[in-house]
Amino acid sequence: MKILPSVDVALVGFGWTGAIMAQELTDAGLGVVALERGGWRDTSTDFAVTFAQDELRYMWRRALFEEPARQTLTFRNNVTQTALPMRNLGSFLPGTGVGGAGVHWNGQNWRFLPSDFVARSHNTERYGPLPDDMTVQDWGVTYDDLESHFDKFEYLCGVSGKAGNIKGQIQDGGNPFEGWRSREFPNPPLDMALAPTLFETAARETGHKPFPCPAANLSRPYTNPLGVQLAPCTFCGFCEKFGCGNFSKSTPQTTILPVLMRKKNFELRTQCEVLRVEHNAVARRATGVVYVDAQGEEYLQPAEMVILCAYALQNPRLMLLSGIGTPYDPRTGEGVVGKNYAYQITSNVNVFYDDKVMNPFVGAGALGVGIDEYNGDNFNHSGLGFIGGGYLACWQTHGRPIEYHPTPEDAPKWGAKWKQAVAKNYNSTATISTHGAVMSHRNNYLDLDPTYRDVYGRPLLRMTFDFTDNEYKMSEYLTARATEIAKAMKGREIKVNGRKGPYNIVPYQTTHNTGGAIMGSDPKSSAVNRYLQSWDLHNLFVMGACAFPQNPGYNPTGTVAALAYHSAEAIRTQYIKNPGFLVQA
Amino acid sequence: MTFRILPAALLASLLVSPVAQASDTSFSQLEKGRRLVDAADCVSCHTADKSQPFAGGRGIETPFGTIYTPNITPDRETGIGAWTNDDFYRVMHHGQRPDGTRLYPAMPYPYFTKMTRDDVDAMKLYLGTLPAVRTRPRENELMWPLNYRVFMRGWNMLFFTPGTFTPNPDKSAEWNRGAYLVEGPGHCGACHTPKNILGADKTSQALRGGLIRDWFAPNITNTLHDGVGRWSADEIVDYLKTGRNVHSGAAGLMAEVVENSTSKILEADLRAIAVYLKDVDGGGEPAAPAKPDEKAMAAGRAIYNDMCAACHKTDGTGVPLMFSPLAGNANVQQRDPTTVTRVILEGARIGPTDARPTPFAMPAFDWKLTDAQIAAVATYVRNSWGNAAAPVTPSSVKTLRDDLHHSRVTGKAE
Repeated sequence: MKILPSVDVALVGFGWTGAIMAQELTDAGLGVVALERGGWRDTSTDFAVTFAQDELRYMWRRALFEEPARQTLTFRNNVTQTALPMRNLGSFLPGTGVGGAGVHWNGQNWRFLPSDFVARSHNTERYGPLPDDMTVQDWGVTYDDLESHFDKFEYLCGVSGKAGNIKGQIQDGGNPFEGWRSREFPNPPLDMALAPTLFETAARETGHKPFPCPAANLSRPYTNPLGVQLAPCTFCGFCEKFGCGNFSKSTPQTTILPVLMRKKNFELRTQCEVLRVEHNAVARRATGVVYVDAQGEEYLQPAEMVILCAYALQNPRLMLLSGIGTPYDPRTGEGVVGKNYAYQITSNVNVFYDDKVMNPFVGAGALGVGIDEYNGDNFNHSGLGFIGGGYLACWQTHGRPIEYHPTPEDAPKWGAKWKQAVAKNYNSTATISTHGAVMSHRNNYLDLDPTYRDVYGRPLLRMTFDFTDNEYKMSEYLTARATEIAKAMKGREIKVNGRKGPYNIVPYQTTHNTGGAIMGSDPKSSAVNRYLQSWDLHNLFVMGACAFPQNPGYNPTGTVAALAYHSAEAIRTQYIKNPGFLVQA
Repeated sequence: MTFRILPAALLASLLVSPVAQASDTSFSQLEKGRRLVDAADCVSCHTADKSQPFAGGRGIETPFGTIYTPNITPDRETGIGAWTNDDFYRVMHHGQRPDGTRLYPAMPYPYFTKMTRDDVDAMKLYLGTLPAVRTRPRENELMWPLNYRVFMRGWNMLFFTPGTFTPNPDKSAEWNRGAYLVEGPGHCGACHTPKNILGADKTSQALRGGLIRDWFAPNITNTLHDGVGRWSADEIVDYLKTGRNVHSGAAGLMAEVVENSTSKILEADLRAIAVYLKDVDGGGEPAAPAKPDEKAMAAGRAIYNDMCAACHKTDGTGVPLMFSPLAGNANVQQRDPTTVTRVILEGARIGPTDARPTPFAMPAFDWKLTDAQIAAVATYVRNSWGNAAAPVTPSSVKTLRDDLHHSRVTGKAE
C-alpha cells in the first residue's frame, strides 16, 4: 500500500455534500482532496441535450446509478428472515460518479417543519408517550439553527417557489405551514401545467391552501452567489433519473463545480473507492482513509480531517467496516451505528378525464402544486393512532412512454385492451401523490451482512426494514385525503393506489434512505452530534440523510444540504481554530 | 515564486553581458512585462503541455504547413535564457532571430514591431522570471519552398514594414492606447484581418474578419450588420473580461484568447480597446444578399424549432449571457459562414473565466444532421428575425465536415 502525503481534508464521495463541504472548506483555506468511486461527469460533455433524453439508456438501463455488480446491499423485512443481495436496483436509486445522486434527482427541494426537528419532545408533549418500539428522537439541532443554511442552499440552487412565511408573516400563495424563512425564494415559481392547476382549484374548493412546490428547476436565468449561471428550464420532462443538459436543474455541476474545480487547493480523484477509515482510538482521531483506484492499487491517504459524503447507505457502512462507534443491536436497543434506518411511504390517486389535454411530456422534476395541511404535526393527530404525515401534490414531471401509462381500475394489465386504455388515458390523466413520513422503529436498522461481500471482499450492508402500523395508518389517512380532492377534481373516474405491506424493495418508490448514523444530543443514542461530528473521532464528520433520526414527510435534499452548511460553518468558525469535540458528551 | 526566481535569473543575465545591460528591473517594469505578456497571449501558442507553460512545442496550423512554436522559457540552451534584450527586440521588431534567420509570420512580429522598446524589454524581463524548461520543439512541417527561411526575406520585403506605433494626435489618449494594444501586442488582426494568398494581411480591410484554422474570425469593426456596431463599449469590455456579454460568448480559438489573455487585461486597457474598435471603419454595411430559397428556409425552420429552439428560442432571442441570441447576432451573419456551420457541426463551448465560471456549451450535431439539414438550418438562422446573409450550401458544409474530420484523425484539431 502506497502512503501519500497528508492533506487537510479527505472527502469520501463527491455528490451534493462533498461539493458543498469542498467549496466551504477550500474557502476557509484548507487543502481538500475528494475521493469519488465513479467517473467525471459534466453537463455539456455527458448530458448534452442531443442525447440526454434517452429513457431506455438512463432509466431502464440505469446508466447513472450505483452498479450492483460493484456495490449493493442485502435486504430483509425483519430479523426472522435471511437477507438476500439486491442484484438490480429497485425501490431506490443511489448515484455514483461526480455529482452523485444530485445529478439525477428531480429537484424537489423542501425544508422540514420546525416541529420535525423536535419530533419526540413535540409529539410527546402534545399526545402523550410514544409507543415503546418507536425510537423517534429529537435532532439536537432546531429549525432556527438551520434557517440561514436552508436559505444558503436555496440561493445556491436558485430554487423557484413562493414563500409562505417570511419572518412570521404569512404570505398569500405560498405554503402557510412552512417554517419561517428570512426572505422570498430566489426565483418565482415555474409556469404551471394543466394537471396541477386542476388540483389547485379542487384543493382550494375543499378548503386547503395550495401552493407551487419549491423547485430546483430554474424558472428564469439565474446567477448564484458563487457567480455560477443556470438557465431557465425548458420543461423537457427528463429530470429524475437523468442528467440535465440545459443547465436548468440545480446539481453540483450546475451550481458549485465551475468555481470549485478552478481552485488550486482542491483536488478531485475519480474512480477511487474508499475501503475504510483509519483511526487512532486513543487519540480519538481519524488518521486517514484507505482507497483503491481503477488499477487496483491501494493507497493510504492521511488527513487531518475525514468527511464521509458517500450517501446515507455507504456512510454508516464505512463506519461499521472501520470499527467506528458501537454497532446498533435491535435486541438490546443499544449501540448507535446502523440505528433508526427509515424511508418514505408513498401512494397516489389518478384522476382520469375525457375532456382535458394534459401534455404530460411537458414536465419538470419539481413542477407541481402541493398542500401541506396533512404534513408533520400541521393537523391534530388525537385519536388517529399515528404521528407524522406528508404532503399531497400533483406533479407533472414527465410523460416518458416506457414508464408512464396510467390506466383506470377496470383496464387489463396487458394486451390490446390495455393498449387502448393507455392510448385513451395517456394525455388526459392527473395524479395526486402522497409523500409520507416514516418514523423510526426499534427493528428497522442497518448492519453488516454475515454472508455476502462486495467486489473488494468487504461485507455488504444489510438492511432490515418494514413499514409499521404508524406508517400504514398514516398513509391510509393521506390517501383518503387525496381521494377526497381527487373526487373534487371532477374527472370521469378515479383510481386509488394505496400502499399495502410489507415493504417491497423491488418497485421504485423514492431514493430517500435515512438514518444509520443519526444525529442527537447524547452519544448513547446518536452517532454524531448536532454538527455531524462523530462522538468517537473528533475529526470525522458524517454528512447526509443518515443523520436523520427519522424521516419526515418531505424530500430530504434541502435538509441534507442545510445540515452540511451548518456543519461546515462549525468547522470554519470553531473546529479549525480549536480542533476537538464541538459538543462535550 | 516570482521573487525567489528573479534574482537568480538576473544574476545569470549579468554574467553573460556584464557591461551592456542597464535594464530597469523594478517591480513596476516586471509587472508591466507580465501584463504585456498576457495581452500578447504568448502562452497560448508557446504552450503544448499545460504543465510546462511557455515551453513551446504547440503545432500551429497554417495554410502552408505546421509550425511548432519555440521554447521561450529562460532555459539557456533550448529557450531564450541566453538572449540579450537586443536579441529579443530584434525578434519582436524585425522578425529575426539572434542568428539572423527570419521568423515565419505565424509569430505575429508584423504586429509586435509596433511595440515600444521599453515595452519589449519589460516582456523580456518578465519572461526571464519563468521557470526554465529544457525542451526543443519538433521540426516544422512546411511545404517547399517555404521550408527555406531565406524565402521570408522576400516575404518581408513585400509585406512587412518594421516600425513602432505612432500615436494619432487627433484622437484621445484612450483611443491611442486602444489602437496600440489592438495593432501591437494584442495582434487582433492576426486572426480578424483577411489574408492574401501568401498569408499577409490585406491591410486595407483590417479587422473585417478572416478565415483561420477552419474558423471565421468575425468582423470586429464598427459595422452594425456583422461587426461590433451593435455592441456598446461596456459590452465589448464584458466580452473580453468575462468571455460573454448579452450578445455572444467566446468559443473556439477566442475562448482561449479570453481565458489566457483578455480576462487578465486591466479594465482600463479593455475599455481603450473597446473605444478604438468602436471607431474602426468597416467600409460600410454590406449589400443586402439575395432572398434565400423558400424551401430551404422552411426546412431550416422545422429543424430549428425541433433542435435549437429550446435554448435559442423560436424567436431567436436566446438566453442572454448563456445561450447566445441569434436574432441580430453578427457572428451568424458573417460574409463567410464557416463559424456558424462549424458550431452546428461540432458544437461550441464558452470559455470559463473567474467572473463567469460556467462553461456553457452547445452540443455537436454532426452525427445527427446531414449536410443538407445543416445548410438549411444555418441558412435559416442567417435569414430570420431580421438577419440577412448569403445562404449556406450543402457542399460547403460537406467540405468543412471533411476538413474537421481530417483534423481530428490527424490530431490537428483546434
